[in-house]
Amino acid sequence: MSEIVISFLIVAGGFFAFAAALGVLRLPDVLTRMHASTKAGTLGCGLILSAAALHFGDTGTVGLCIVAIVFLFMTAPVAAHMIGRAAYRTGVPMSDRTVIDEMAGQQDGVPQDAAPDDKTTDDVPSSSN
Amino acid sequence: MFEEGYILDLAIRFGFLSIAAAMVVAFVRLIIGKSLPDRVVALDLITVLAVAFSALFAISSNHAAFIDVAIALALVAFLATVAFARFAERWANERPLRKNGKSDQ
Repeated sequence: MSEIVISFLIVAGGFFAFAAALGVLRLPDVLTRMHASTKAGTLGCGLILSAAALHFGDTGTVGLCIVAIVFLFMTAPVAAHMIGRAAYRTGVPMSDRTVIDEMAGQQDGVPQDAAPDDKTTDDVPSSSN
Repeated sequence: MFEEGYILDLAIRFGFLSIAAAMVVAFVRLIIGKSLPDRVVALDLITVLAVAFSALFAISSNHAAFIDVAIALALVAFLATVAFARFAERWANERPLRKNGKSDQ
């Protein structure tokens, strides 16, 4: 019985991993590709790690699997946010079917209160995108 | 109906196949890239797939030690992604200071 559950978890994890990679290849711009790639981190790795926890079953391995899943769930949003912020601020073009860009009024995504101190290195990329 | 371990063996084979195919597809995105954040996303996806691969290899080889490999890979993947994102932002911000540095994207 538990073999069937483990097999289902493995198959679902592999399916989501492949779907995420297909999304990264096919979707039109960086932000949507990021949306697809985060699914591999949380769903694919989470399902396969929980399959490993069910398969071994002793306390140490189950604890390690839970630690790995919690770590992945905590770091995936942070990493995706960092990449998305870098992509937006460096002016990577969005898809032409983008409906709304709520940060379009602010200059290149830099918050207004952080901008005007020093203009040595910080912001002011050429705003032509 | 089936003998012991048959379904699990089949599922493990399917998992290995789909993760390997996903790595190939992500590698195509890493090559054709078109901008630096695209490549960072593809590299992050490849390391996360390696985490899933080593967890699946722990099941298939019946060695629990490969879970440790998965955790270490997840740590390195997070650090690499954050460092690459910071690097991409800083690199693009310093580009207009160069001579003839019109943005090439």
